[in-house]
Amino acid sequence: MSDRPNAAGLRRDALRERLGLFGLGLPALVLVLVTMILPVGWLFWLSFLADDGSLSLVHYQRLVEQPSYGRIFRATFEISAIATAICVVLGYPLAYVLAQLPLRAANLCMIGVLMPFWTSILVRTYAWLVLLQRQGLVNTWGIKLGLWEQPLALVHNLNGTLIGMVHIMLPFLILPVYGSMRAIDRDYLKAAANLGASPTRAFWLVFLPLSLPGLFAGALIVFILCLGFYVTPAVLGGGKVIMVANRIANDIEIFFNWGAASALGVVLLVLTMIVLYVASRLTQLGRVFGGHGT
Amino acid sequence: MVRGASLPIVVRQVTKTYGTVHALDHVDLDIHSGEFLTLLGPSGSGKTTLLMVLAGFTRPDHGSLKFGDTEVIRLAPHKRDVGMVFQNYALFPHMDVAANVAFPLRLRGVPKAEAARRVEQALEMVQLAGYGGRRVDQLSGGQRQRVALARAIVFEPRILLMDEPLSALDKQLREHMQIELRRLHEKLGMTTVYVTHDQREALTMSDRVAVINRGRIMQLDAPRRLYERPANRFVAEFIGESTFLPVEYRDGAYAYAGRRLNLASGSVPDGTPPSGRCLLMLRPERLRILDREPTDPMNVLRGVVRHVVYQGDSFLLQVELGDASMVGLRGVSTSDAMAGIPAPGGAVLLGLSPQDTILLADEGGRA
Repeated sequence: MSDRPNAAGLRRDALRERLGLFGLGLPALVLVLVTMILPVGWLFWLSFLADDGSLSLVHYQRLVEQPSYGRIFRATFEISAIATAICVVLGYPLAYVLAQLPLRAANLCMIGVLMPFWTSILVRTYAWLVLLQRQGLVNTWGIKLGLWEQPLALVHNLNGTLIGMVHIMLPFLILPVYGSMRAIDRDYLKAAANLGASPTRAFWLVFLPLSLPGLFAGALIVFILCLGFYVTPAVLGGGKVIMVANRIANDIEIFFNWGAASALGVVLLVLTMIVLYVASRLTQLGRVFGGHGT
Repeated sequence: MVRGASLPIVVRQVTKTYGTVHALDHVDLDIHSGEFLTLLGPSGSGKTTLLMVLAGFTRPDHGSLKFGDTEVIRLAPHKRDVGMVFQNYALFPHMDVAANVAFPLRLRGVPKAEAARRVEQALEMVQLAGYGGRRVDQLSGGQRQRVALARAIVFEPRILLMDEPLSALDKQLREHMQIELRRLHEKLGMTTVYVTHDQREALTMSDRVAVINRGRIMQLDAPRRLYERPANRFVAEFIGESTFLPVEYRDGAYAYAGRRLNLASGSVPDGTPPSGRCLLMLRPERLRILDREPTDPMNVLRGVVRHVVYQGDSFLLQVELGDASMVGLRGVSTSDAMAGIPAPGGAVLLGLSPQDTILLADEGGRA
């Protein structure tokens, strides 16, 4: 008998277990590879090819030289930022209310919040078009009730785009914020009250800081998803709101310029990754200064 | 920090029901100024509910609560000015130790320099001087406990509430903290209400203990009296180990198994009807093994040894009496004592002095 009995057999068992786990993940891994990595890699490659098929930076050169591209990127970031801000202002209080409700009632309300997820974005966007147009439901009723006199320009512009985007994005903000609020131990608020904090001060000094990680995560998700919006600005923007995704579509559909479209896509991807990186650095800093992270 | 003012607490008729369950059932309780009073009871007894009523987190159905002469039953928690140590400490995770302790001072508008001085003083008091810059998650359980305590006393409240503050600590640290809490109480002198389900902790720390069951106070007494003269079967069973033997009352005297019991003053609690059925309460450590029939007025039980359990510092003898009831006897495990224990199956004579002979009214099963 050796001095390490069964060592080889035990090692084999461990290996078999790991292989089994890998096997479970394999189908999804292959799917991601085929539908994500390969096409993106192909586009990446295309963006470095000139029209005659030679390697060149001509597409990126155009992005830098033509000011219209810079404007589109700036508009994309601005619209995303405004939509995110509106989501925060609307979503945080709602999440707060939900977090105060008994769990059962909160779950029921949460179904309401998640309802939009169950219909397609396209359907919802066209529904807004119907509601918001000059003779739409909102304008007719607003005038009827005497809230305003002339039909408001609620659609085919930035207003409509923002309304549609916020509507679609709100659940993405509410979910993580609600989650982080539910995770806050009620005893913290009791302790704050016991130590002399009125409900308002307890909110600002204890509850809000503890819910910030969730708010930050939610806002980040919303902002990044907004950067890639296509349908909503296309339908509700009336051609006046052009975000990067719309420009990419134009380049392909109208100009058949795959190289230019690819370059736009690559730049958007890189910018998004930079946003993510900066955000993750910021949260780590937040932890150093006593954030909620453990 | 010096010995400050303290306030008495007067609880009258406080009742809280959840559905049909009485969490608190017309509770009356007077807590003296500067006293260390423990609410002791099993889980669900209402002890925590009562503490939460004192803190203002639970709104009772009716009743009166006074701190000193001031009625506070409708006062919001943040206006009550009582310190509280929570079971899980509830230290704010987004603040460091100093900010946590300074929190109540900040809310009271204490100037920064003075607040810093008082924070350091409070941390010193709980032996955590110099820990101000630490993050809460860098602290051990015992240290968190101390920070929570410092935060609860830094604004010099006249009443301090503690909700099972030591339950999360291991045994050794818990015993150490019990002594330290007691020392701190003697130093600061604030009226302290302490909740625990640990009877030993209650007996160790308190001036008086209120034993609570089903929303009622079963007995309110000093630790020794509570242990040696329990008012009823519930208290006798909840605090310490005990067995009960049925006692007959005949011709003006109590008897067990035909033998007349020798009693001392206080053996029969007030209000126990002499004619009713009674129980003899036996604590294992109050029994002793006798060599022969005693000449002094000692009560004697005859039985047969069934088990001998060695428990390190003590031994436990399980003895079956003539009527088949089992009683336990505990003794210190000195070599002499161990040598004198009869083997299982052997006859044994148990002695109980009249001072330790306690009779209780038989309320018919567990209270």
